[in-house]
Amino acid sequence: MSADAATTISLLKPDSRTRRRNAAEARFRSYGIAAIVISVFALVFLLSSVLTNGLSAFTQTFLVMDVTLDAAVLDKSGNRDIEEMKKVTTIGYGTFLQKAVIAELEAKGISTEGVSAAEVGGLLSKEASGQLRDKVLADPGLLGKTIRFETYATGRVDGYFKGRVTMESAALDKNTSPEQLELADRMRAAGLLTVSFNPGFLFGPDASELRPESAGLGIAILGSAYMMILVLVMALPIGVAASIYLEEFAARNRFTDIIEVNIANLAAVPSIVFGILGLALFINFVGLPQSTPVVGALVLTLMTLPTIIIATRASLKSVPPSIREAALGVGASKMQTVFHHVLPLAMPGILTGTIIGMAQALGETAPLLLIGMVAFVRDYPAAPPEGFFDPAAALPVQVYNWTQRADPAFVERASGAIIVLLVFLLIMNIIAIVLRRRFERRW
Amino acid sequence: MEAVAKDISVATDAFGGNKIEATNVQVYYGDAHAIKDVSVKISERSVTSFIGPSGCGKSTFLRCINRMNDTIDGCRVDGTITLDNEDIYDKRVDPVQLRARVGMVFQKPNPFPKSIYDNVAYGPRIHGMVRGKDETDELVQSSLKRAGLWEEVKDRLLEPGTGLSGGQQQRLCIARAIATRPEVLLMDEPCSALDPIATAIIEELIDELRENFTICIVTHSMQQAARVSQKTAFFHLGKLIEEGPTEEIFTNPRDKKTQDYITGRIG
Amino acid sequence: MNAGLLALLVVVIAAAGFILGRRRSLAIVDGEIIRLHSLPGYYGQSVFLFAAAPALLVMLVWMLAQPAIIDSRVSALIPIESIEEGSSLGLIMSDVRRIADGLDIVVAQGRLSEDQVQNMRADLTDVRDRLADVGVALGSNVKQAVFVAAKEYRQLTGFARLAMSVVVLVLALAGAVFAYAKISPDYRARNVSETAIKSLLILSSTVAILTTVGIVLSLVFETVEFFRLYPAQDFFLSAVWNPQFRGGSDLGILPLLWGTLFVSFIALAFAVPIGMMAAIYLAEYATPAVRSVVKPAIEVLAGIPTIVYGLFALITVGPLLRDYLAQPLGLGSSSSSVLTAGLVMGIMLIPFVSSLSDDVINAVPQAMRDGSYGLGATRSETVRQVILPAALPGIVGAILLAASRAIGETMIVVMGAGAAAKLSLNPFEAMTTITVKIVSQLTGDTEFASPETLVAFALGLSLFIVTLGLNIIALYVVRKYREQYE
Ligand SMILES: Nc1ncnc2c1ncn2[C@@H]1O[C@H](COP(=O)(O)OP(=O)(O)O)[C@@H](O)[C@H]1O
Ligand SMILES: [Mg+2]
Repeated sequence: MSADAATTISLLKPDSRTRRRNAAEARFRSYGIAAIVISVFALVFLLSSVLTNGLSAFTQTFLVMDVTLDAAVLDKSGNRDIEEMKKVTTIGYGTFLQKAVIAELEAKGISTEGVSAAEVGGLLSKEASGQLRDKVLADPGLLGKTIRFETYATGRVDGYFKGRVTMESAALDKNTSPEQLELADRMRAAGLLTVSFNPGFLFGPDASELRPESAGLGIAILGSAYMMILVLVMALPIGVAASIYLEEFAARNRFTDIIEVNIANLAAVPSIVFGILGLALFINFVGLPQSTPVVGALVLTLMTLPTIIIATRASLKSVPPSIREAALGVGASKMQTVFHHVLPLAMPGILTGTIIGMAQALGETAPLLLIGMVAFVRDYPAAPPEGFFDPAAALPVQVYNWTQRADPAFVERASGAIIVLLVFLLIMNIIAIVLRRRFERRW
Repeated sequence: MEAVAKDISVATDAFGGNKIEATNVQVYYGDAHAIKDVSVKISERSVTSFIGPSGCGKSTFLRCINRMNDTIDGCRVDGTITLDNEDIYDKRVDPVQLRARVGMVFQKPNPFPKSIYDNVAYGPRIHGMVRGKDETDELVQSSLKRAGLWEEVKDRLLEPGTGLSGGQQQRLCIARAIATRPEVLLMDEPCSALDPIATAIIEELIDELRENFTICIVTHSMQQAARVSQKTAFFHLGKLIEEGPTEEIFTNPRDKKTQDYITGRIG
Repeated sequence: MNAGLLALLVVVIAAAGFILGRRRSLAIVDGEIIRLHSLPGYYGQSVFLFAAAPALLVMLVWMLAQPAIIDSRVSALIPIESIEEGSSLGLIMSDVRRIADGLDIVVAQGRLSEDQVQNMRADLTDVRDRLADVGVALGSNVKQAVFVAAKEYRQLTGFARLAMSVVVLVLALAGAVFAYAKISPDYRARNVSETAIKSLLILSSTVAILTTVGIVLSLVFETVEFFRLYPAQDFFLSAVWNPQFRGGSDLGILPLLWGTLFVSFIALAFAVPIGMMAAIYLAEYATPAVRSVVKPAIEVLAGIPTIVYGLFALITVGPLLRDYLAQPLGLGSSSSSVLTAGLVMGIMLIPFVSSLSDDVINAVPQAMRDGSYGLGATRSETVRQVILPAALPGIVGAILLAASRAIGETMIVVMGAGAAAKLSLNPFEAMTTITVKIVSQLTGDTEFASPETLVAFALGLSLFIVTLGLNIIALYVVRKYREQYE
């Protein structure tokens, strides 16, 4: 045997082959590091891209000024009769506001050179006249008084302050002009225009294509919340019941095999297919109303069930058999054993799985598109339970909706909506992690 | 006692030269001190067995000898261990090269999910010891023969190694280990997962291998230690309590703990 | 009485039954619980179950069946000739329902009495105006035939609702009385209640089967309908996708299939090596400190909804690729492209591949690694020559699952790949996929019964079959692999 030959080689001097092998080792290792770096970089890039695009959605350019509500213009009959006052349309209020702004500019000594009266009015959101009208109709007593009126500036001015709109792009844009933007600069210097936090983005309803400045997430957040409530109420009991049966009672037979295979497959069925199911079954067949939280929740429940069942079963499995034997040993029935001893011990794991399943459901978009949640909804759904049957939007669908609109201002809002969505997901995941840490048990 | 042992020259050893010398070896797993100040000499071409109650650090010490402990996170080894008077924990030593010279056989047979042939050829291939198919064939055959497995598997070399019986698998692992032509063979309870017949075959094999290899074997069976080894070292709670010729340890232990252990009072 | 209230009432009856049943069981044995077969609570539960379960079940079935029955009776009242061009029975029926609801509100608000409504005629009164007063907007003036149908609808619904309330309440009470009467010390109340609970558990676990059946049925029915309107061989073999509003569409799946496969291929080509190397590095090389940071970071990627990736493709990756690659190379000028969608989908799949590979790699027993290191193999040799071959079936399974994910992914391709159905090899061109077209055909304005809409179901069925096939093979391979080490 050549064992002796090997002894002549000193361990302290690596031979060339070992050096080559170590080089290969180092190369392989660097591939691994590269893979990690790419993955982490992708994550950072993704998140920073969303953040940089979306953070500005939480602030908005407001016009704040004192407006004297001239009764002669806004209530021609002079007798404060609401029906009479309604005859002044938003267009009338628009002209009125336009004059008020021009007057304010003159009073503050801001030059409007090169900007027509209509263009001055065009600095305001198209929402403004309606807002003022609603305000007056709600309280006719305001007529004749001077009130502090705050409204959105148009999306172009807002974009200009946020750097989205430039003088060059304005020159090509028929909706705004460089002169208007220069005027906006002067108005900002004079304190007429301010950029500040905009609660309307979080709580307001969606707005049409032409008024991105007033589009908000209120209905979408409410719709998503309604769906999450329903998903929780439906998926948790069904999921837990199914898991208890499969884990604690079911005999190994054909029937349970079929169920197992079904669950495993459902977990991997594309989400859009669930959307088709929702459309065909819940809307066309059962006749539930389109674009409502209840249909969305049904679809999301079916999608979330496999996640919950898989987590629950793992959690039940981790309860040691000795606990079951102990309970059965003192004469408890199988059902009592499960509900009195096993289930409570498995609960933290079940809840963690449920929250993670719901987090998935919250971000799910494709199936909701198919059940009509892309529809433009401007009215808040009522309080539950009726509200479950009212049309609503959903957070991720709202994002999609906004990306389909032409005005680039909606890109900012879509990214802002993503931030809101991610914050909700973060909260849910943190709750899940805390639950797991808190109740983690080592047997 | 260790200090004295150190001074005794290699030549005075009853079984030829010392292949391995461990001096003041300490092993820590994180904060746990698993091996406490162990010094021992292992003679060339003989079988040394490590005995002791479970958890006393036999495996840990064995794994120090081919630096398998390097693969465990949080494991730290202090002291020196030399192989042919070269410190194997020297910074310049590549454990990969070391392990080609100090092979290892594990408690549970662990053939790779490859063919019997590929299992044996694996080591020589990665170390570049064979060129071409003929050389590999020859080495595989000679290794299997030495491991006493050739006759049983020569017709099914391309079948998976995992298809063999437990005893055969363990002999395959021995064949795999000796295929890299190591000088030292470490065996960690190689028979504990086997039935008595398979155990007897392996014990016989160890006795044959002694001619060419320096063998260290961990065993929990005192009979086995008595049957196969020339020297025995007794570990207790991470310390080396006593070492010496096997006969002496079993018939005339110097330490009370050793006596208690071999008479079955601790363990 | 509305459904919520009715259900609540049933629950109240059942709850009362629970309390009474419990009390009665105690009373029969003069408080000596030991003489009862079951604990008093179980007697209560048995009453509760008998009261609530049949009543609620009947109510559910009733509510599902009622609209269909009433619709069919009412729509018979609408003469075919009154259906105008561009309208349909479905639209008229929704008007009917809206009018009926409006009339309900009118009566509820006391603007008109029940009699007045009964005598109202659409050709004499401006129904549209009246309903507008109570906030029910109608698209056009109401025809008398429709109005009659609406009144009939209202009457039938009212009657049905009343009938349902009565039936359900009677059932609840009867159940409660029946179970209450049965209470005796020997009555095995616990077994009754446990059997009932067990049936509930079994019922819940069949939801998974029902869902699959629902998916298959809804896809198959409409697909059959589609193939009746559009030849199947054209669908499967035509290389042109060109839907038209006015019929004569080309609805070939091939360009969509090509787009789907192209995008998925790019995604997998990106995600599989990176995801696997990341998993290998984390499992075999990384220190615990690195692992504890990087692993959650990669898992975060997995928790991000696909709409976020879609937006990322749309506003960041698409323009980047266009400006820095496609345009300088003269390969295209569209920001939506196969490459955009493929890359972003690849990012999405990295955590999927890496966590599946991680499972698979960790399932390879430590003894394999020890065996290899013990022979003097380096880590990379061990990974490449021992671990990966051992893990191969599991990894193949993981890749198949990832492929099925990629093929079924919707939002990223909707927002990143484009809408043009094309058979091209240029990854910088916008192409479209099966999922994109399912969304666009089902969210468009075309009529439901047209081939242009129904094709979405055929596409959905094709998608379902392909992904199901991949999943089943993957699950089978992974299961076999797990067994190898168990
Ligand atoms: N990988 C490890 N990590 C931490 N502690 C370990 C590890 N391996 C062994 N130990 C500890 O080191 C001590 C010695 O173990 P070991 O060498 O396996 O004993 P033996 O082989 O004699 O039964 C034991 O207390 C054991 O718990
Ligand atoms: Mg050991």
